[in-house]
Amino acid sequence: MASILAVDDSASMRQMVSFTLRGAGHDVQEANDGVQALELASKKKYDLVLSDVNMPNMNGIELVKELRQLADYKFVPVLMLTTESAGDVKAQGKQAGATGWIVKPFNPEQLLSTIKRVLG
Amino acid sequence: MSIDLSQFHQIFFEESFEGLDVMESQLLELQPQEVDAESVNTIFRAAHSIKGGAGTFGFMQVSEFTHVLETLLDEIRSGTRTMQRSYIDLFLQSVDCLRAMLSSIQAGSEPDMERAATLKGSFENILQGTSAADSAEQDLPSDTGNTTTADVTESGWRIIFNPSEDILQTGNEPFRMLRELQELVGADYLTVIPVTDNLPEFTSLTPENCYLSWILEIRSNVSRDDIASVFEWVADDCHIDYQPLCAAPLKNTHDDTPEIRTGAEQKSAAERENGIPPAEIDSGRTATLIPEKISEALEIAAAQKSKPSVSARTARSSEPSSIRVSIDKVDSLINMVGELVITQSMLGELGQDFDMSRLIRLQEGLTQLEQNTRELQESVMKIRMMPISFAFSRFPRLVRDLGSQLGKQVNLVMLGENTELDKTVMEKIGDPLVHLVRNSLDHGLETTEQRLASGKSAEGTITLNAYHQGGNIVIEVKDDGAGLNEERILHKARQKGLVPETQELSSEEIHQLIFLPGFSTADVVSDISGRGVGMDVVRRNIAELNGNIEVKSVRGKGSTFIIRLPLTLAILDGQLVKVKNETYIFPLVSIVESIQLQKRSLNHVTGSQYVMKLRDEYIPIIRLDEFFNLRSNDEEFENPMLVVVEGDNEKVGIVVDDLLGQQQVVIKSLEQNYQRVAGISGATILGDGTVALIIDVSDVGKNLEKSGKGQSRSEQAA
Repeated sequence: MASILAVDDSASMRQMVSFTLRGAGHDVQEANDGVQALELASKKKYDLVLSDVNMPNMNGIELVKELRQLADYKFVPVLMLTTESAGDVKAQGKQAGATGWIVKPFNPEQLLSTIKRVLG
Repeated sequence: MSIDLSQFHQIFFEESFEGLDVMESQLLELQPQEVDAESVNTIFRAAHSIKGGAGTFGFMQVSEFTHVLETLLDEIRSGTRTMQRSYIDLFLQSVDCLRAMLSSIQAGSEPDMERAATLKGSFENILQGTSAADSAEQDLPSDTGNTTTADVTESGWRIIFNPSEDILQTGNEPFRMLRELQELVGADYLTVIPVTDNLPEFTSLTPENCYLSWILEIRSNVSRDDIASVFEWVADDCHIDYQPLCAAPLKNTHDDTPEIRTGAEQKSAAERENGIPPAEIDSGRTATLIPEKISEALEIAAAQKSKPSVSARTARSSEPSSIRVSIDKVDSLINMVGELVITQSMLGELGQDFDMSRLIRLQEGLTQLEQNTRELQESVMKIRMMPISFAFSRFPRLVRDLGSQLGKQVNLVMLGENTELDKTVMEKIGDPLVHLVRNSLDHGLETTEQRLASGKSAEGTITLNAYHQGGNIVIEVKDDGAGLNEERILHKARQKGLVPETQELSSEEIHQLIFLPGFSTADVVSDISGRGVGMDVVRRNIAELNGNIEVKSVRGKGSTFIIRLPLTLAILDGQLVKVKNETYIFPLVSIVESIQLQKRSLNHVTGSQYVMKLRDEYIPIIRLDEFFNLRSNDEEFENPMLVVVEGDNEKVGIVVDDLLGQQQVVIKSLEQNYQRVAGISGATILGDGTVALIIDVSDVGKNLEKSGKGQSRSEQAA
């Protein structure tokens, strides 16, 4: 189905996300931080990017900004995985070009139903 | 589809404990006056990850507790609040508390929530203390904040959805939102009416922009909140207007709306009225969505989705401990195995039709096999090696807490943190190290006043140093305190009857007294050390690891405890010796020297004790053949060798028939396979298949002191 890039510095979250998505038949690549994600994204066009916000090296907000600079990623949905339910981070993410957000904690079912919103 | 998340628990625990370690070390470095933004960020990030993971994996106690902590951190991070010493303390306590909570959960028991509740209360008091209004407590998105009344009773909604032109550039696709809306209303009626008024001339049209808007009519009793959730991500950039629909017919309502009088819309309205099945959604010129079509597509998607089955999860009960191994180590191992396989096939081929002309090739092959085996062994051992920083990491905290408890200013210096050590040895050396560091802090370092009075800096220094030396790892615990008080130690030892009143001891001998069982010079049994568990326990623990400990001390300058440990417990560098027809092995580390035994240097002392003068020292002599009852009569050695070994800081000379080679041996436990035997620490299998026993040097020395049996006939040794 879709090829998805999952970015999170927390291995458990990353694995949970990719396990869930793979279980739903998607092709998932993992990245530890923004830098690694950007490197992967520059080599291949993913259908969807799911990224944590708080990460070392390059955080999720910066990642979206960088991604939107790439011709391939102008319209690709980028969802932020965030615990901040306050509007602050969401607004920052939106401004940077993020498509939307998924508020942690979420369960696999919520994750799957949410990404349906952006996958064709 | 339900996914069992418990398979991720172990890794969550591991990374959480790592996160807590990071928080702790960063907190310890923080100075309240000059808070480093990056440190606070790092702490925040760690807390944040723990909170997120805990929430996801259902450990709500942990995520709730972390939340308050994170809130305060966030205020500090954003500058609404300044860091205080008391906050750092509170954070450190929280780190402990979280560690305990996670450990209990990991072990499958209920965490102790009392401590968490107390700490949580402290955080809440701080947080409520100021007018920092925008704490992260607000959970509601601002756009729905004021209109959350559920309108379930309404018969439907008319929504004017006017997206911003650049909506597509954030990856949002109105088409998918409409589809989601369709899913939401299910079998109920959704009408989508596109508005194309803003569509520019083709020449001025930017294909990346969205010029359309829509009027959506929902005949369903879904709540406004549910509908809003579909537009959640775009609500801020789009104009979305909700109008409740009454029972009034659809046609009338939009007839009243002038802005939707467009060709496309009228066409779709006409289709609807005429009962013509509207077209599928395509491009912007959208007509009515067909619930059947969409649900059909979704069913297919669902079927595909549920195909891969979720593998059953193994029972969690006792999680095995794991180590992280760098991929380099694993790669080199695989490399090694590859070479071994090549050598093996080469030897196999050689063996098929072997004749003496190919002997040289066989020997070459065997040499190569030996090299492969050795390299493989080294690589496997390296996998178990971890940097000693794992054992050192607890000390900054320990020293900080104890220092403030004792009112001493202490600077902890850690050197050689990357020195690698076997995991098992590391686990076992932790407690003795803690004891030594506590001891240095409590007894070694003077109080600030005393230090200043003796012309030292107010701040005492404790240095932990680790390095490799030969096949050993050496760990030093050094303080710049007062040094050992020799008079007091001697006095105490005499008082306890450990040293006869008349006997004079050298400084070095006095220093060794602190390792005697039950010896403690602390006048007051303090909370920190001197609880009766003394240096003898430390020494015993280290001896169990085949290591030794010594102390060097200079009055007024400080003391250094030096621990020597083998790098691993599984393999030993051994000296093979021959006694009668048996082969025994001495650990190479315990051998001081091996010499020819000269009869004239032997001296008979009280009882049956024999000693030998070796340079300036007298050392007791023991015959191994007697010790193990191998002697049938008083036969003489032809050319006896004396192996001088050191165990428990005592030198002992052991008489053997001959010295054989030195080699690495794999230690097999005698206790597990047979039973404990005095003077033997284990066994190994030699290349020819025979079993050789490994001598427990300190045990032999102890038995010598007790029985004196070993010396009864040592005058005949030479």
